[in-house]
Amino acid sequence: MLAFILQRLMQAFVVMMVISALVFTGVYAVGNPIDVLISPDVTQQIREQTIKAYGFDQPLWRQYLTFLQRLAVGDFGRSFVYNMPVLSLILSRLPATLEITLAAVLGATLIGIPLGMYAGYAPDSFLSKVIMVVSVLGFSVPTFWIGLLLIFTFAVNLGVLPAGGRGETVSIWGVEWSFLTLNGLTHMFLPSLNLALFKLSLMIRLSRAGTREIMLTDTVRFARAAGESEATILGRHILRLIAIPLVTVFGLEFGSTLAFAVVTETIFSWPGVGKLIIDSISTLDRPVMVAYLMLVALLFIVINLTVDIAYVALDPRLRARKTT
Amino acid sequence: MSAPTGNGLPLLQVRDLATHFTTRAGVGKAVDGVSFDVHAGEIIGLVGESGSGKSVTGYSILGLIDPPGRIDAGSVRLDGQELIGLSRSKLRALRGKRIAMVFQDPMSTLNPVLKVSRQMALALQAHGSPSPDEIRRRSLEALAKVGIPDPERRLASYPHELSGGMRQRVAIAIAFLNNPDLVICDEPTTALDVSIQAQILVEMKTLVREAGVSLIWISHDLATVSVLAKRLLVMYAGRLIEEGLTADVLRRPRHPYTQGLIDSLPSRAEPGRDLVQIPGSAPSLFALPAGCAFQARCTHATAICDTAPDQTRDGTRTWRCHNPLGPLADRRAGTTA
Amino acid sequence: MSVPVSAPGPVTRSPFRMFLGEFMESRVSVAAVIVLVAIILLAVAAPLITPQNPYDLASLVLSDARRPPGYVGAKGFTHWLGTDAQGRDLYSAILYGLQISLQIGLMAGAIAFSLGAGLGTLAGFVGGRLETLIMRIIDLQLSFPAILLALVLAALLGQGKWQLIAALVTAQYAYFARTAHGAATAERSKDYVEAALSTPLSLGRVAFRHVLPNCLPPLIVVATVQIANSIALEATLSFLGLGMPVSEPSLGMLIANGFQYMLSGRYWISIYPGVALIALIVVINLVGDQIRDQLNPRLKR
Repeated sequence: MLAFILQRLMQAFVVMMVISALVFTGVYAVGNPIDVLISPDVTQQIREQTIKAYGFDQPLWRQYLTFLQRLAVGDFGRSFVYNMPVLSLILSRLPATLEITLAAVLGATLIGIPLGMYAGYAPDSFLSKVIMVVSVLGFSVPTFWIGLLLIFTFAVNLGVLPAGGRGETVSIWGVEWSFLTLNGLTHMFLPSLNLALFKLSLMIRLSRAGTREIMLTDTVRFARAAGESEATILGRHILRLIAIPLVTVFGLEFGSTLAFAVVTETIFSWPGVGKLIIDSISTLDRPVMVAYLMLVALLFIVINLTVDIAYVALDPRLRARKTT
Repeated sequence: MSAPTGNGLPLLQVRDLATHFTTRAGVGKAVDGVSFDVHAGEIIGLVGESGSGKSVTGYSILGLIDPPGRIDAGSVRLDGQELIGLSRSKLRALRGKRIAMVFQDPMSTLNPVLKVSRQMALALQAHGSPSPDEIRRRSLEALAKVGIPDPERRLASYPHELSGGMRQRVAIAIAFLNNPDLVICDEPTTALDVSIQAQILVEMKTLVREAGVSLIWISHDLATVSVLAKRLLVMYAGRLIEEGLTADVLRRPRHPYTQGLIDSLPSRAEPGRDLVQIPGSAPSLFALPAGCAFQARCTHATAICDTAPDQTRDGTRTWRCHNPLGPLADRRAGTTA
Repeated sequence: MSVPVSAPGPVTRSPFRMFLGEFMESRVSVAAVIVLVAIILLAVAAPLITPQNPYDLASLVLSDARRPPGYVGAKGFTHWLGTDAQGRDLYSAILYGLQISLQIGLMAGAIAFSLGAGLGTLAGFVGGRLETLIMRIIDLQLSFPAILLALVLAALLGQGKWQLIAALVTAQYAYFARTAHGAATAERSKDYVEAALSTPLSLGRVAFRHVLPNCLPPLIVVATVQIANSIALEATLSFLGLGMPVSEPSLGMLIANGFQYMLSGRYWISIYPGVALIALIVVINLVGDQIRDQLNPRLKR
């Protein structure tokens, strides 16, 4: 098991290096970075000075090496637009994104799995059909549209929830959290709901598909023949069996949810990391773009590794193979 | 230990059982009017090729038919109590407790992600609230009874860590856990090595005798069944075509199909000559002919076989044939080894 | 001794007809197909059935902007669905927008399919180091959320139809590749492949003429998901301002433009294009769902 983890960490490192090269090249090679930093009507002299100061006159590979060197000490550079260290910029916005992402993921899982299992257990019942239609909607409708609809319904028409912004926050260990205040919660509700819907649909559909498949197997028949109750079969046999593919998807979708937060944060003006990246793309704030992409890549690698480990932990059949 | 039925009734009475599958391709009559009895402590063998309806008969007894299948007609009585139409909770109380079942492939019947101990515990908890100590004690007892060495270690294992024969023994142990009166085994040794097959057959015989349970052994393999069963039931195309004491049926088969089955046994083959086969193949269950289902492949068929034969009874023997094998078969039986 | 006569079996139909028959049984799916065909026809016929070409800036009348549904414009025709902020007739804009969504979704889907399936089959079939290399890249890409990839690419490449398609293809080909690779690997070890390889047929021919058709069912499943995804992704990108240029608005951009007016009660500018978009995606998904269920061997009873 340990050897497995070490091997994966090594691979992760290599992958990060490749991604950093790709991202850096992609972002810095297109367009002219200097245009963001200075206005077009400064003198040629100032222009050249600034270029030199930032190292843009160097060949790209040299710039990349410098970038790596700084990276080794945790320096992601400074934002062109905000003129503050990128890392602290990102970290300051992270809690907001984490709040809605975690709320969305938890909600989607805790509600989605039972609903999906029921739909798989009794696929011909009216409730199941309703659940499936709703899940198709949640799955196919683009996140931004649902967000719009939510704002339209709750904020504009009903007026019960705010249309955007973060609301009040409470500071714990120097970090601002909004879920601890009622006002903060009302602001958090719609964006979290928006994010959750896609994942909810996914969880429902996967649970349903898995449950349906397993219901037809001999394992369930044998359990029934032994007189085990339907509740036992669902809770002890089926849940355990569908946990395996579900965990995989859960992990991967966590990252995807984080990515979709980009859209949700834009619509709800939620001051998280997602909004930051959109803004930095439109303003071509390159250091922020590079840092964000690399951090997202790192997050995904960590998630993948965790999922792989969880997979082995959940499926005893894999343990024998992994340790050999 | 199953109590002998005081009123002299057979333990299980199946009458005119009909289980049909309604699909896009039509209505498949998997079981088409089957009747038989099983007495307390008796081992009967249910024989037939794949598609004959033998497994479906077994499932029907336990009410394990999933849609699009449905028990359309007939009656199944356990100690006089009608099982068809029984409420779900009452049926569940019976399953595992009075009637248990063992399936063909233990790799798919045992849950691969749960330990053996957990699966046995679930089966025990389905019929009572035993304490953890009692669960452990009874599980170990059951494993030892089916001949599993080092039961403690096996109890803590996952199914994939056990060999095929071991797994099937676990499944059998689970079936016997709650001391049922009747155990139905659906091709339990088909998926195992021949050597393990023989072992399990012997163990089953002892187990059944000691526990005093009745056993329905379903198989396509006439050879294995005849070792175990006291009585033989032969099914073809959803119908019961022959029944009787094993020795009787094997020595003096009445139905040409049974004769064909016996003749095609490898042990009956004469060295150096081709194996005997029954020509043709069984009719599709969705398009059963109006008359005798075996007519197309029967060397004894005549015009009367266009109408479905009724069951003829002679003591413990029954058969469904217009032209049963008679004295000719008796004579032949006298000359074979 | 009578000659054994084989009993007649049930009438068999070709697999495709059975597939179609099963499909027809689901009323929801049939309804979805009908709606889908209707949408496609409307979109294709857009230039013929709309009173205005929304891409022709000269035909727009600014004083007609932000008018509610039912308003009769300066040019004399009724704006059944109202107008947007630039004075575009929403009915026309929606149909043209549907055309773009369909074009881009199908193009991106088709190219991603060909590229991905080809690559995946090649990798699965050839094996060895080439396979490992290709699959590593694919896995790498798959661990990254498609939307971010598409976002960054769209931002870097600029606005425009082909840039958008390129971004979408890059984000999606990996799904096809992985599925094709899995299927090809499974097929590779089957006997018929060995038989085919022992004949003078070239490797390429065996891979593409014999193996690929057997890999099609799971690929079709992925395709149905990805086409709907392409359309949704394109709309999202356009919504964020990274897709089609402002002069040729796709449904996403129409929705984005109308966002700010929603809070002041002029909902139609966002809602109607949104409804059209949702309708398209939902019916594609419903049809895809049914196809998927029918092709899933593990659900066969």
